Amino acid sequence: MPEVLLRSLSKSFTGTRGDRHTVLHDVGFTVADGEFAAILGPSGCGKSTTLRIVAGLDRADSGELLIGGRDVSNVPSAERGLGMVFQNYALFPHLSVAENITFGLKVRRVGKAERNERLLEAARQLQLEPYLNRKPGQLSGGQRQRVALGRALVGGSRLILMDEPLSNLDARLRADMRTEIRELQQRLGLTVLYVTHDQVEAMTMADKVIVMREGFVDQISAPENLYAQPANAHVARFIGAPPMSVIEVRRDRDALLIGEDVRIPADALLSRYGHDLPENLLLGIRPEDLVPGTAASADAFTLPGALERQELLGADRLATYGVGGQRLRVRVRAAHAVPAQSVLSASLEHVHLFAAEDSVRIPEATRPILAQAS
Amino acid sequence: MTDAPAVVPPRSRWAWNPFRLARRLPDAGFAYFLLLPAFIFLALFTVKPLIGSLISSTQKRNGDGFTLGNYERLATDEVFLRALGNNLLFSLITVPVSLGLAMLLAVLLHQNVRGRGFLRAGVFAPAILPMVAVAVIWMYFYQPNIGVINSILGAIGLPTPDWLGDPSLVLPSLMVMMIWKEAGFFMLFYLAGLQGIDPELEEASRLEGTGKFRHFWKVSFPLLMPTTLFAAIVALSDSIKMVDFVFVMTQGGPDNASNLLLFYIYKVAFAQHWPQFAAAISLVVVAVLVALALIQIKLMDRKIHYR
Repeated sequence: MPEVLLRSLSKSFTGTRGDRHTVLHDVGFTVADGEFAAILGPSGCGKSTTLRIVAGLDRADSGELLIGGRDVSNVPSAERGLGMVFQNYALFPHLSVAENITFGLKVRRVGKAERNERLLEAARQLQLEPYLNRKPGQLSGGQRQRVALGRALVGGSRLILMDEPLSNLDARLRADMRTEIRELQQRLGLTVLYVTHDQVEAMTMADKVIVMREGFVDQISAPENLYAQPANAHVARFIGAPPMSVIEVRRDRDALLIGEDVRIPADALLSRYGHDLPENLLLGIRPEDLVPGTAASADAFTLPGALERQELLGADRLATYGVGGQRLRVRVRAAHAVPAQSVLSASLEHVHLFAAEDSVRIPEATRPILAQAS
Repeated sequence: MTDAPAVVPPRSRWAWNPFRLARRLPDAGFAYFLLLPAFIFLALFTVKPLIGSLISSTQKRNGDGFTLGNYERLATDEVFLRALGNNLLFSLITVPVSLGLAMLLAVLLHQNVRGRGFLRAGVFAPAILPMVAVAVIWMYFYQPNIGVINSILGAIGLPTPDWLGDPSLVLPSLMVMMIWKEAGFFMLFYLAGLQGIDPELEEASRLEGTGKFRHFWKVSFPLLMPTTLFAAIVALSDSIKMVDFVFVMTQGGPDNASNLLLFYIYKVAFAQHWPQFAAAISLVVVAVLVALALIQIKLMDRKIHYR
């Protein structure tokens, strides 16, 4: 039952000049048995450090780490019952594929017959049979990747940690390996903790995505939810290609002020929220949710924009409109012309509001305001 | 067809520039052109003297006529045989011990220890000191009455031998110096070799529960083999070329107990004024060195993993 539980892990390093850098602040999440969890974040966000702490290659300064219900903070890596795939594969260049895969079994004094059996099983799962006698240097990137997977799997661990395993592969191979790894995880019922900076990998493979930024966990949720309901403006600005446009607005009774002089009536939008809405807000709309031209539905959110530039992205066209000194991106089909001056509209459920003060998402009131007030 | 005629640039007055000429050469030609200075010096200082020695070694002592007597004499010259024996023993012990020690020091100093830079510099220092200065320093260590070693031994009541005066101790004493000097030098190569090994390998080992010693033996050591081969050949030739310590400290004595090949060659050529015989010894030494290096390469090459 390799379920992983992290509770308020913190970690800091001493820099070269003796100053402390905190790289993890109170990080906590769980990975259920058989779940594929991805830690997603830009480089330097602490995702690899988190993985290394789970692997036992680094120690947290404080916090708890449980694997399968057992506190493993003081358990050496080898006894945590996990396998790991490193970013650069970390294959032993002087050993053959077979020797690389069985290296750990030899260390654990597994008998020769069983070693062979497990090697062949792993090779079969990963289609490595023809390459067992080759050296890693004679393999392609994808094959090396599979050998590294084989080495992680052969010990029988059902918890696999992966540190940006696809970042060294070219784009096409990466897409193939994504499906392959996901398929393998499902077939073998593995619990996977997967570190990546590539949101496509996280969104396509994972059951659960943990978004990190500067040592904090920003959001933990299913990929769909991450896209539809970012927990704060940072996640909103990170997820999506291109990501959500987020602009600063000020609330003035039933209207929103953008910049100094653009005033947008927004009572339909604001009525969806509670009365305790802060004055300074961040308003986010995904480029694909914003349409030039008046919306069909009457209660859509609309604002005027002036076209600043546009790019053709093959099937789609990405236009940037300026509104009160800030920018909103609009994504339309390539065949659509984008007017120089236009009203931009989005349906209300596609408008996201965040508090300007702490960037946190402001939830819509669950019930009509009237009912809440009584 | 209506294009304006292409403007022909005026012929540059730099057309005679040798680099410009070189650019018109095919690539191989250009490569040789760049190697030319190295070839000139190699020919002048290695090939020409080698041919000179070859000719000289087949001349009679008084310079009149061809003979192979110089080579025949090698088999019976007692001092030569003694120097050869001494030198083989010297190499056989100093080369493996220096390399082993160098590897050990490199592994220790590769880790994150306090004062690592200072320690590395300290270990490497003997390699950059002039050999003659090293010899003078060590003479002070080995001096039988007031020397550092005997002062310490005497103070704790142990025997105080005459390190450089005793025929059975003089060669081992020189070996210690050689190992001290060479280990520091080769440590640097091993350090570079270790730094070339991906640190992820160590972590991958750790995940499997591999002990540090086993990891070194199964992973680092094999990956250091190219360095070891290179270092072994350099160390071997260093040990055969060793002359400075003998020259400054012992003059080959007592009773030829510390006589080494190069020192004997020097003696024959300049003290006995017999350059023809010295040339013959030199050529034999070179032949032996080349043969040993080839054997080393052949033996080790198959087992080496080159990155």
